[in-house]
Amino acid sequence: MLRLHEYTYHRPGSVAEAARLLASHPGRARVIAGGTDLMPNMKHGLFTPEHVIALKQIGELHGIEERDGELVIGAAESLASVSRHPVVRAQFASLSQAAGSVAGPQLRNMGTIGGNLCLDTRCTYYNQTHFWRNALGYCLKKDGDVCHVTKVGRKCVAAHSADTAGVLMTLGAVADLESVNGARSVPVVDFFIADGIENTVREWNEIVTRVRIPLPSPRTRTAFQKVRQRGAIDFPLLNIAVVAQLGAALAIEDLRIVVSALGARPRVISGLDKVAVGRPLDEETTEAVAQRAFQQCHPLTNIIVDPDWRRAMVPVHVRRALTELAAGSVTAAE
Amino acid sequence: MHSTIQLNVNGDRRTAGIPAHYTLLETLRYALGLTGSKQGCDKGDCGACTVLLDGAPILSCITPAWEAEGREVRTVEGIAMPGELHALQHAFEVTGGAQCGFCTPGVLMSAYALLSTNGDPSLDDVRDALSGNLCRCTGYTKIYEAVLMAAQALKRDGGGRDPVPGDRDAAVVPAERAAGE
Ligand SMILES: Cc1cc2nc3c(=O)[nH]c(=O)nc-3n(C[C@H](O)[C@H](O)[C@H](O)COP(=O)(O)OP(=O)(O)OC[C@H]3O[C@@H](n4cnc5c(N)ncnc54)[C@H](O)[C@@H]3O)c2cc1C
Ligand code: SF4
Ligand code: FES
Ligand code: FES
Repeated sequence: MLRLHEYTYHRPGSVAEAARLLASHPGRARVIAGGTDLMPNMKHGLFTPEHVIALKQIGELHGIEERDGELVIGAAESLASVSRHPVVRAQFASLSQAAGSVAGPQLRNMGTIGGNLCLDTRCTYYNQTHFWRNALGYCLKKDGDVCHVTKVGRKCVAAHSADTAGVLMTLGAVADLESVNGARSVPVVDFFIADGIENTVREWNEIVTRVRIPLPSPRTRTAFQKVRQRGAIDFPLLNIAVVAQLGAALAIEDLRIVVSALGARPRVISGLDKVAVGRPLDEETTEAVAQRAFQQCHPLTNIIVDPDWRRAMVPVHVRRALTELAAGSVTAAE
Repeated sequence: MHSTIQLNVNGDRRTAGIPAHYTLLETLRYALGLTGSKQGCDKGDCGACTVLLDGAPILSCITPAWEAEGREVRTVEGIAMPGELHALQHAFEVTGGAQCGFCTPGVLMSAYALLSTNGDPSLDDVRDALSGNLCRCTGYTKIYEAVLMAAQALKRDGGGRDPVPGDRDAAVVPAERAAGE
């Protein structure tokens, strides 16, 4: 039995009211959407906010619709409704797959896309009960002064573990944020930073209100790969999101790949303009891209699965994703 | 601090005094005496605490009780009729789909939600719908068999898409409508 600490639960009716509540309790309040990350973390004593501010009942945070050349998704939309939405399935196959591969059915009914973006980083030494962490000795991320993963580093390298984030980065999505100080928009590709303790640029008093994704062109193809222990429930050991613009004869006009579940920040694979753009998406190009990704990805023991094996899986799944793209089996706007 | 909460559970209006930080599972088990839903991992991993909120399966161990206010909660206690097992429960008995039985209430609720929206599920549909429920005893085969058997029985009895005989007034919202909407 895992008991929660005592807190006050607020159910504001609007984003403005939620933002006001959040701002009025600095350091003592957190927002909750689906609660599928925050509730287990609170049960582990990782967060003990005195005020918990619910978002799901706020109408403004719902809805999935096309508007001005974008698909606009309310932050409190569940992963189940995102993955099943007809426009998402038809135009953003990788997003539908990623949202549909999070955890299990119950958690996808509860968990939201906004919560997925703001998911706390994860680590074998952190996502444990208070009893467990106390027995081993606390770590940098919570109450301690060492990192059990790097042993030496002064930085937390807990794994960014959300499945939809890399996909949203490759799709050029933008996150809208709101606080008592006003609203701003951040491209999802700039949303994450390499700090496992707080791995986003979101200010403590900001609420993610929606995610906007530019509608794809007929040349856009997307793919998503996830490595996990079991076919359901488990967090990713690795996930790979790919978006390509393909011209005639599979000529690559643009290629974006993001690999995550490594460190605190999803990794954008660089240098693809040198090995892929302007070439046909054939076996040779695929291999060159897979090797690029391998060179740039360095899994750590923040996840309790052999990091060498996880690294070896990077090129395997990049190849699978690109083969899918070439076959056109995961094609947007067809 | 205690507060009064009003819940609609299995068609009954229930009122309880609970600490403000109680989960829905704690409220069901310790305030309302509905101990059918099980406290397994108590942190969202296993599915033993699965209940339906407006027809969609959710994990009650990580749902704040207040999220259930004004919504329809259905637990395993609410699927049988007095003196009559639900077709799913009967099928579990026939196939041996329950061994120790700890996962069973959660499995039944996931299966019940599936049969409310899909009267003729394939094996893959069943596997998919139950993929968030861990069972350490059965190896799942007998569970899948039971759900498929119950689907056929309901179809034969003209139960159609509503797996609860006599419960046709209770709105069963398709699983597409996610919890929280
Ligand atoms: C057993 C299990 C397996 C899981 N497997 C996966 C998996 O495979 N892949 C995966 O990606 N996730 C997984 N998850 C994590 C989680 O279910 C999802 O990431 C989900 O999308 C989180 O969304 P939520 O709405 O439940 O977040 P919450 O728990 O409500 O919130 C998460 C964090 O984000 C903040 N937050 C939430 N919404 C907002 C907002 N709109 N603005 C600002 N801050 C916000 C909260 O304060 C909190 O810190 C798993 C969880 C469990 C329990
Ligand atoms: S990476 Fe290090 S500091 Fe961060 S949670 Fe893990 S052990 Fe703690
Ligand atoms: S008891 Fe709720 S998921 Fe295990
Ligand atoms: S019957 Fe024992 S856990 Fe499923």
